Amino acid sequence: MNIIDQIEREQMRDDLPEIAIGDTVAVHYKVVEGGKERIQIYEGYVMRLQHGGIRETMTVRKLSHGVGVERTFPIHSPKIAKIQVIRHGDVNRAKLYYLRGTVGKKARIREKNVY
Amino acid sequence: MAKGILGKKIGMTQIFTPEGESIPVTVVEVEPNVVVQKKSNEVDGYTAYQIGFGKVKEKNVTKPVKGHFTKAGVALKRYLREIQFDSEYNVGDEISIDIFEPGEKVDVVGTSKGKGYAGTIKRWNFHRGPMAHGSKFHRAPGSLGSVDPARVFKGKKMSGRMGGERVTIQNLEVIRVDVERNVILIKGSIPGPNKGIVFIRNAVKVS
Repeated sequence: MNIIDQIEREQMRDDLPEIAIGDTVAVHYKVVEGGKERIQIYEGYVMRLQHGGIRETMTVRKLSHGVGVERTFPIHSPKIAKIQVIRHGDVNRAKLYYLRGTVGKKARIREKNVY
Repeated sequence: MAKGILGKKIGMTQIFTPEGESIPVTVVEVEPNVVVQKKSNEVDGYTAYQIGFGKVKEKNVTKPVKGHFTKAGVALKRYLREIQFDSEYNVGDEISIDIFEPGEKVDVVGTSKGKGYAGTIKRWNFHRGPMAHGSKFHRAPGSLGSVDPARVFKGKKMSGRMGGERVTIQNLEVIRVDVERNVILIKGSIPGPNKGIVFIRNAVKVS
């Protein structure tokens, strides 16, 4: 194994759940405010996953007060306390960009039955 | 504090700090360098250490070079460079990466990637002309100067070979020194392609 892989693998987290496109997740993100650290929960569905070892990122989209919000997390970052998978989604795309322009019934994601 | 070492650029990655910041780093593999020759004031008129780095097959080494290594009593090395050190070494001593510590500032010298024959836009950051609206002036260099001297001045920025030259990047921070794997992580990018050889030395301009 080459040196870069070794260095990256040492830092990668193994405590993360399996995340798939369309899943509804809650990201527990550490925020420092006024010298104090607290945990902020950001909940939405996984719209995009970009692989790449330690640089792997996850874009989570949600509707906040009627406005679409997308946030990208480096999933191996120590700032992420934990990621919870709340619901498995059943989708036919690798990237859910089509949900950007949709509201209401069209913006739903079917639940995937996991046996 | 004069010190330096030769290494091989492996590539780039990123490192997370415990606070969660990600730092871009270049990984440089530095196998222990060997002192091949000591230049002294009496014999050579100046003092320096000649160090060797890298593996080489015996059949690829000429007899005079082989003799140079035999005299020093060290294994054949591919690259030889002269470096000045403050600390004392003897011929045959190994210089390891632990001469540097995390947090230290270093300069990295390498040979930049060759770009071939490049135009003035890529080579000298000239501006481009409009690509449409009837313009026929796209990427040409434009005027080479006034008519009066009846010649083009020396040093006029024109197209030509770009890259493949010695480049020094100063004041880069050492992020991590891994003695077990003979690897040093340096913040930011360094000159040259992956597998290119680079020279790491202490920062000359320390603020």
